Amino acid sequence: MGKITKIGWVTAIGMVALAVLPPFFLMTGQAFYLDLATRLVILAIAAVSLNLILGFGGMVSFGHAAFIGLGAYAVGIPAHHATWGGFDLIASYNGLLHLALAIGISALFALITGAISLRTKGVYFIMITMAFGQMAFFLFQSLDVYNGDDGLTIDVRSELPWINLDEPLQLYGLAYVSLVVAMLLTRMIVNSRFGMVLQGAKGNDERMVTLGFNTYFYRLTAYVISGAMCGYSGFLLGNFTTFISPDMMHWTRSGELMFMVILGGASTMFGPVLGSSVFILVEELFSHFTVFWHLPFGLMLIGVVLFIRGGLMGLFKGKRG
Amino acid sequence: MDYTLLFVQVLNGLQLGLLLFLVASGLTLVFGILDFVNLAHGSIYMFGAFIGASLTLLLGNFLLAVVIAVPLTGVLGYGIERLLARNLYDKDHLDHVLGSFGLILVLDTAAHMIWGPAGISVPLPAWLDGQVELFAGAVIPTYRLLIIAVGLAVAGGLLWLVNYTKLGMLIRAGASNRTMVSALGIDIQTLFALVFALGAMLAGLAGMLIAPITTASIGMGGQIIITTFVVIIIGGIGSMKGAFIGAIIIGLIDTLGRSFLDQLFELFMSESAAETAAPAVSAMMIYILMAAVLAVRPQGLFPPKVR
Repeated sequence: MGKITKIGWVTAIGMVALAVLPPFFLMTGQAFYLDLATRLVILAIAAVSLNLILGFGGMVSFGHAAFIGLGAYAVGIPAHHATWGGFDLIASYNGLLHLALAIGISALFALITGAISLRTKGVYFIMITMAFGQMAFFLFQSLDVYNGDDGLTIDVRSELPWINLDEPLQLYGLAYVSLVVAMLLTRMIVNSRFGMVLQGAKGNDERMVTLGFNTYFYRLTAYVISGAMCGYSGFLLGNFTTFISPDMMHWTRSGELMFMVILGGASTMFGPVLGSSVFILVEELFSHFTVFWHLPFGLMLIGVVLFIRGGLMGLFKGKRG
Repeated sequence: MDYTLLFVQVLNGLQLGLLLFLVASGLTLVFGILDFVNLAHGSIYMFGAFIGASLTLLLGNFLLAVVIAVPLTGVLGYGIERLLARNLYDKDHLDHVLGSFGLILVLDTAAHMIWGPAGISVPLPAWLDGQVELFAGAVIPTYRLLIIAVGLAVAGGLLWLVNYTKLGMLIRAGASNRTMVSALGIDIQTLFALVFALGAMLAGLAGMLIAPITTASIGMGGQIIITTFVVIIIGGIGSMKGAFIGAIIIGLIDTLGRSFLDQLFELFMSESAAETAAPAVSAMMIYILMAAVLAVRPQGLFPPKVR
C-alpha cells in the first residue's frame, strides 16, 4: 500500500478519462464520440465479464458473444411484443423486467452450457463454447417471428425508474457506472476465498482437488456469474443500438471480445477496459482509411499474439512484473 | 413416408458428410500431430474455392483447374506454417486461437481484395451438370455423386497414407512422441510443414468441390469451420477415424433434420407449431447431439490413444 503503482495510475487516468471526456464531447457538439464511447464502455463490461473466467479462471470461452445477444434479445423480444402484440406474459417496455430476463436467461444458458462444457478442458472447452455460441446464433437466425437474420428494431427503449435511456448522456452514465460496478464486483470476487480457489484451480487443478475443493462447482459458478454479467452488457447494448440481430452472437464477435481481453491484459482489473478501448479506437481509425481495414487489423492481432506478452497492461508492470 | 425422398436425402447427407470429412480430416491431422488449433482452416477452404473458381474460368476446364489448384492451396498452407503457425507451436492454445483468428481477418480481406465482395459461381462441364436416375423417381445430380466418390476415395487414400506408408509412419510417430521422432534424426520441422500443407490441400479440395453448388464466397470459411469443430469434437480431436464417422453422422443428421423434422414434429404437435419449432430445432440439432455425446464421453467417441 502507500505508493501508487504504475498500473494504479494507468487505471485511475483511464477511468477518469472515460468519466470526463464523453460528456465533454457532447457539450462541444461531437455526439459521434459519445456514441463511440458508449459502445466502448458497454463492450468493456462484456470484456470484464469474460476476463473473470478467462483471466482469473483459465476458462477460454469462445462463445461469450452469445450472452450479449441473449441480453439484447431480452430487451428486443418483450418490446417487440409490447408494440406488435402477442406473448402477453412478457410483452412490456418495463426495463426492470428486461433486466431480470437478460440476467436470468444468460445465467440459465451459462448454467446449462457450462455444466456440459466444463466437463472438458483445453481445446475441447474452446471449441465447445464456440459451438454453443453458434447454436444460439443459429437459433435466433431460424426464428422468423423475430425476423431471423434481419434482426429486430427496438422502437421503444427499456423504461427504467429515474433514468431515461433515450437521453444519450444518461445511457452513457448508466453504462459507465455499470462498468465501475462490474470491475469492483470482479475485484471482490477475485480477492474472496471463492476467487482464490478459482485462481488456484487455474494454476493447478489437481492440487485444488486434492485439497478437497470441488473445482468443477467453483468453475461453473464463475461461468454463470460471468455469463450473467455479459448478458447485462447485452441489455445495455440493445438499448444503445436499438437494433439487434443474430450477428451480435456470431463467433467472430466472441473472438473480438477475447481479443480485447488479451490485448489489454488478462487477469488484470483494467486490462479488459484498456483492451476494448484500444480495439474500438483502432477499428474506428482503420475503417476511416480503407474498406480493407480488416487486413492491417488482422496483422495487428497476429503481432500482439507473437510479440506482446501479458497484453498492454504488461507494458506498465515494470521489470519484475 | 416418402422413401424415395428419404433415399435422395440420405445421399445428400452423405455428400455433406464427406465434404465435412475433407475439411475435418485436415484440421484433426494438424491438431493431432502439431497440437495446433487452426481457426483459419476454414479460410483455406475458402481460398481453395476461389482459386479453383478463377482457374476454371481461366482454363475453361473444371477438372484441370482442380488438379492445379489443389497443390496451390498446399503452397498456401506451407506458407502459413512457415510464417505464422511455426512461431506459435510453443505457445498455448489460446494464442493459437487468437493468432489464427487474426489470420482469418487477413485471408478473408485478401480474398475480398483479389476477387471482390461478390461470390464467383463455377460452371460445371456438361457431363457433370446433369442428373442420374438411380431408380424410379430417385433423381440425383451427377455432380453430387462425384463428390461422394471423391470423398470416399480421399478417405481411402488417407487411410492408406497414414497406415501403410513411410510418411504415415512418421506422422503417427510424430503424433505420439515428437521429441523421440526428432531425436531419431527425422526432420520434424519439414514433417510438420508437410502435414500442414496436406491439411490445407484437403480443405482446399473441399472448397473447390462445393463451389459449383454454392459459389465461392467470402463467408464460406467461417460457416464451415464451426460445423467442422462439432465434427471433430464428436469424433475425438486428433482422431482420423473419429473425423470420418463424426462427419458422416453430422452430414446425415443435419440434412435429414432439415428435410424431415417438421414431418416428425407433426406427429405429436399441431402443424403450425411444428412449422415454427422444426427450423429452430434443426438449426440446433448438431449442437444438441454434440452436447449429448460430450455428456457421455467428454473426449469424444474415438479419442486418440495418446495424449
